[in-house]
Amino acid sequence: MEKISVKVCLGTTCFVMGGSNLQELNDIIPRKYGDKVEVTGSNCLGLCSINWEYSKAPYVKVDDEVVHEATVEKVLSVIDKKLGI
Amino acid sequence: MGNLGQAIHIKKEILIRIIKAFLSNDFEEQARLIPYVMRPKGMEVPYRCCVYKERAIIKDRTIAGLGFPIEEDDETISLAKYARQALEREEISDKNLTVLQAACKGCATNRIYVTDLCQGCVARPCINSCKFGAISIVNGKSVIDDSKCKKCKMCVNACPYNAIVKVTVPCEDSCPVGAIKKDETGFASIDYDKCINCGKCTAACPFGAVHERSQIVDILKALKSDKKVVALVAPSIVGQFPGTIYQLKTAIIKAGFDDVFEVAQGADVTATNEAKEFIERIEQGQEFMTTSCCAGYNQLIKKHLSEIEPFVSDTKTPMYYTAEIAKKHYPDVKIVFVSPCVAKRAEGYENENIDFVMNYEELGALFVAKKIQITELEETPFVTESSKQARIFGYSGGVAESVTMALPDEDMVKPCVINGLNKDSIKTLKKYAATGKCEGGCNLIEVMCCEGGCIGGNATLNTQRTAKKAIDAFADNSEDIPKI
Repeated sequence: MEKISVKVCLGTTCFVMGGSNLQELNDIIPRKYGDKVEVTGSNCLGLCSINWEYSKAPYVKVDDEVVHEATVEKVLSVIDKKLGI
Repeated sequence: MGNLGQAIHIKKEILIRIIKAFLSNDFEEQARLIPYVMRPKGMEVPYRCCVYKERAIIKDRTIAGLGFPIEEDDETISLAKYARQALEREEISDKNLTVLQAACKGCATNRIYVTDLCQGCVARPCINSCKFGAISIVNGKSVIDDSKCKKCKMCVNACPYNAIVKVTVPCEDSCPVGAIKKDETGFASIDYDKCINCGKCTAACPFGAVHERSQIVDILKALKSDKKVVALVAPSIVGQFPGTIYQLKTAIIKAGFDDVFEVAQGADVTATNEAKEFIERIEQGQEFMTTSCCAGYNQLIKKHLSEIEPFVSDTKTPMYYTAEIAKKHYPDVKIVFVSPCVAKRAEGYENENIDFVMNYEELGALFVAKKIQITELEETPFVTESSKQARIFGYSGGVAESVTMALPDEDMVKPCVINGLNKDSIKTLKKYAATGKCEGGCNLIEVMCCEGGCIGGNATLNTQRTAKKAIDAFADNSEDIPKI
């Protein structure tokens, strides 16, 4: 099975609008999912320049799925769904 | 950190929109449009009864963002006019907080309340526990007479069914000095004679009703003028933004500032002077000394705790020394202190070298509005690098450690930390002042108004844990503070 990739946007907008909290994922994800999920920080994913602008930041990408107004809980539940947990 | 999700998100979005409006060709009109852009016609209403109320509340929040008190708004003045007045304003106010009272409506008054869980039991421990005769039985269940109730919570603790609850008002509960209160009309207001500007209410209110009165328009005006403007960044800024502190410096310059000073530079002076002062005081027979760099604590001393003054270090704050250094470097300059909390606004107002104070949320909003990607920038070094200890001033215990490390003999100091001002810790400080002694024989008390230190400030952007990690990683690569 291919690894699920989680990209946390570290662009300025996402970080300022609450993405800083998402750094917790760096600790939580390996603990919870082992090597089934890979979490990385990413330069601006460019999502804040599309129609929602910063009102829906911070953004996280779980594979191709965009999670807007991302929180740790929201991201984990998207991963759970993908893994069928 | 005041991380109450959406309310904070809205405040930041409004700041971004104010800055974007200022940078546009028509500040007044763009400011007027903010509530309509954020809540356009036909939009699903996220929080309140209708789109009109949502807009009215966003308008109020924008008034605070433009630097005006919401309480004085009579609803007839348009945001366009407020924007113009903000542009014309020459002076900033010493009142740093303002309450969006329309948001208080959703919050019940502070009282003790018997819930439906009351079983109407035979023993009636609630009645027995009440010293004020406030509880009686009506229709077989306990009822509290609010006019007699002193909110002592004895009945809450006495009820074996947990049927009695204290309905709390988060802003009132968070305030260590009783300066914010919901009055009989149900609206919260701040008593500025008591307020120590700690910002705890700002972070505590789940409706995001307590706003800082922003100086962002005044700062943008200064940046647009011909005058040089420099930013002084507090040690706690490390970890609050993506990228390194040196990239952050580049970002601040890109945002329009002429130079950036690390306030840790002043923290080195503070720690050194405080270490010298500590030796003098101990030699003179004083049992303990408290630190003096926290603005919230200094306000507390001034307004509520004058008896501790003889024990408080006379050394100035890192902000003071850094501003002095910056002024020496650039004599004709506007100085903006970049702060984690509202208390530094009060200190900045009193310091003649500080022109404006901008918090981390506002700096973040400025980066977003100007589309500055910090992690993609070059690094700009500081002319003077600060010590390892000065760079940890921003978290609880850091100041005490700095002073300790600056002393020639570390064994002469026994430090302890007041990690956050609240009713209990204020009582403890009062006791120390009255007895002239500190518990456990400790002789250096570091006092931090916010739990966790400055990284727990009301306007911080990161969790304390990750912020502290970032600060440690940065500090570990710095030199130790020289011994005095």
